[in-house]
Amino acid sequence: MTINIDLLISLSLIFVSGLLSFSLAKGRARLHLVNDEPLRSMPIYHGLYVSLWTILPSLSLLISLLIFKSNILNFVVTPYLSESIISLGLDEIIYVKSFLINNIANLTSLVESEFLSKDMAYSLNEKYYLGRFIIFSSLVSLSLIFSLITYRNLSIRFDARRKVEAIFKFIFFLFSTMAVLTTIGIIFSLIFETIRFFSHVSFFEFIFGTHWSPQTAIREDQVGSSGSFGAIPLFTGTLLITAVAMSIAAPLGLYSAIFLSQYAKPKTRDWIKPILEILAGIPTVVYGFFAALTVGPFVRSCGEYLGLTVATESALAAGAVMGVMIIPYVSSLSDDVMSAVPVSLRDGSLALGATKAETVKKVIFPAALPGIVSALLLAISRAIGETMIVVMAAGLAANLTANPLSAVTTVTVQIVTLLVGDQEFDSAKTLAAFALGLMLFTITLVLNIFAMIIVRRYRERYE
Amino acid sequence: MSNQNFKKRHRAEKRFKAYGLISIVAAASMLAVIISSMAYKAIPAFNNYTLNLEIDMSNQSSNSMIEDINYRGLLRDSLFSLFPEIEDRSEKRKLSKLISSSSSYILQDFIIENPSYINKKFYFNVLFTDDSDLFYKGYVDTSLPESERRIDDDEVLWLEYLYSLGRVKNKISSNLFLNGDSREPEVAGFFGATIGSLITIFVTLILSFPVGVFTAIYLENFAVKNRLTDFIEVNINNLAAVPSIIFGLLGLAVFINFFGMPRSVPLVGGLVLSLMTLPTIIITTRSALQSVPPSIREAALAMGASEMQVVFHHLLPAALPGIFTGTIIGLARAFGESAPLLLIGMVAFIVDIPGSISDPATALPVQIYIWADSPERAFVAKTSAATLILIGLLILINLVAVILRKKYEVKW
Repeated sequence: MTINIDLLISLSLIFVSGLLSFSLAKGRARLHLVNDEPLRSMPIYHGLYVSLWTILPSLSLLISLLIFKSNILNFVVTPYLSESIISLGLDEIIYVKSFLINNIANLTSLVESEFLSKDMAYSLNEKYYLGRFIIFSSLVSLSLIFSLITYRNLSIRFDARRKVEAIFKFIFFLFSTMAVLTTIGIIFSLIFETIRFFSHVSFFEFIFGTHWSPQTAIREDQVGSSGSFGAIPLFTGTLLITAVAMSIAAPLGLYSAIFLSQYAKPKTRDWIKPILEILAGIPTVVYGFFAALTVGPFVRSCGEYLGLTVATESALAAGAVMGVMIIPYVSSLSDDVMSAVPVSLRDGSLALGATKAETVKKVIFPAALPGIVSALLLAISRAIGETMIVVMAAGLAANLTANPLSAVTTVTVQIVTLLVGDQEFDSAKTLAAFALGLMLFTITLVLNIFAMIIVRRYRERYE
Repeated sequence: MSNQNFKKRHRAEKRFKAYGLISIVAAASMLAVIISSMAYKAIPAFNNYTLNLEIDMSNQSSNSMIEDINYRGLLRDSLFSLFPEIEDRSEKRKLSKLISSSSSYILQDFIIENPSYINKKFYFNVLFTDDSDLFYKGYVDTSLPESERRIDDDEVLWLEYLYSLGRVKNKISSNLFLNGDSREPEVAGFFGATIGSLITIFVTLILSFPVGVFTAIYLENFAVKNRLTDFIEVNINNLAAVPSIIFGLLGLAVFINFFGMPRSVPLVGGLVLSLMTLPTIIITTRSALQSVPPSIREAALAMGASEMQVVFHHLLPAALPGIFTGTIIGLARAFGESAPLLLIGMVAFIVDIPGSISDPATALPVQIYIWADSPERAFVAKTSAATLILIGLLILINLVAVILRKKYEVKW
């Protein structure tokens, strides 16, 4: 709590100094105007120039402090752990550390706690106040230094507007690197943890192994104590469910797109399209619930009626519901590409006496094929990465089978089951989730890039 | 010959058109099936059967601590007084399990709010447990063998007896909307999860809107065409198609493990969802900026405006409706997202209503997931109701976006 108050104090320090320098610089520029001197930039830009330089350096210091807040606090607190606590084990250490961090500002609770001697408590508390003083004073002095330097720059001829715009441009550029940073963050965190995973489990066992049971036993001597991490059943399970989903989404989506782009009147189109898009807008958790509660049992009882054994969590149920979810992705993209086929091609075919169906099959479809393929690729990548439907409606056991009536598990299901709940962070079990994540990321990335390349080539052909 | 061929071709034509129509009807009817099955299953979630019990507090001394009163005992005594013939201890225990175990807390809260009831005899409505409640709602098939249902024959007799006393009332219940989560289905609600969702989405909005809009402005107006810009653009397009669960992994590895942020808090949830929403906002903002005709920009430049002034005085105001629409759609997607939140621990069982970005919280879609995983049958109704509310909210949000676009969109 006190640390939040400290944050508030720092922010107000920064912004008050920014406001002060703004009004000072603006006032000085105004003075020139009053004296009828030819000012190059408007007074407000003078103010903005100085105040931006006052605020931004200390604000970025504050942000970096915030980002590394827990690391810094950890570093401060660690020397205060007594031998007896360190010997107690990891959980205790974490607990004591978080206690010390949370109560660092509160001298009485530090003194009363059993973790610290009285002297240590006083010294830790002193360190907190010292650190606070250092942070506040460095924020203020940073602001002061930059405002003084920039204030000295101001003159009648000074082009404050251009400088301010350059600062803004730079900020915008920083924002635009966020996307790159995110990608880098994804790649690095996945690769880093995956490398750690492969120090536990060999790469070839992971890629080519056919047995997946990540439970590590409690005792060393138990059977299967190390767990086995052969990912083949997960990939086949993912493929099976994706195949079921696509066998529903591809025909329904494509025929819907053909109807919408070739047969429907513009008015019908206007209200059918949003209805289809609602299907894409429904949260996946809803589909998952629907699949687990309604479709799964329905498929099973249908199977029983036909004399087949069907698992309640069959790949068919999960895949079918996923297929419904994906219909709009297929239909709206392929609708767009089919509508983009030049009208001259269509009219030419119709003028030669072909029916609409023949035109679609022989002219429009081939012309739009690259776009349709990329729509399907994107839909497949959606299906592979889809999580909630399979978590709720597909199984947990990794069966190596191609039978859609049996229960299979997928990559995403395993990521969720490995990482939800209590976990220690160094076990092969949790690291395996990151290895699976890296596979998933790579596969979807390749599919997306392919789709993008195909679309780009296709666009070039008709533009 | 050719006539026959002609007919055949036209039959094929009709068939082809029919396939298209059937596909659309099938897709649309799936939507109808999902919503109507949810609506049908949600019906029992909106009311609760309550039992009117006479609470006798006349021999409680008023100076005893309110928290120390044995509320559970009071409720039991009152319930047992309706069944004077039951003496057996285990039978009594079974009897007391007909009413919700949360009743004693509800009674306690009631007494704390109205201390004047101490020393008095009064009537108080208590909730039934989920199983008894479902029995009254007609969801227990008494023709099944006893071992296959949650309510056995004794309990059926007792519940029917209570009903014949006229003490059982069917009340519309606001628990679902106003309570936090609970292990007892009869008092569980999604208010806490909704607040958690709202806080998370607020964080998402605060972070992703400025970053997204400014990124789009930079790429659209200021960026020099070079390798770096190209790389950034490809990156954004790719990020838009990365599975959401990958963002969860990123949040877990970077925010929680590396930066040491706490688990289960809306701050981390908002961070993760904002990274996920960012590409959507950037892409829609760019297309909104592109749709402003170049003549506007050229006119402003010709009048001596700087690049920055062109953007902030002319392009941005004109593109704002489109930007808002894109942002709303992006946020709606984030609102319905649950997979990344599972990985950063927002799947915990949380009773308290979260009050800040650093309180443990869960989100509405995750609450649906948690309830769907619970074995109690009464949660099916709760889950369906929460699902309906979620879909309704999302359709509403999207409708607002569409209306906003229709109303403020500038036609050039």
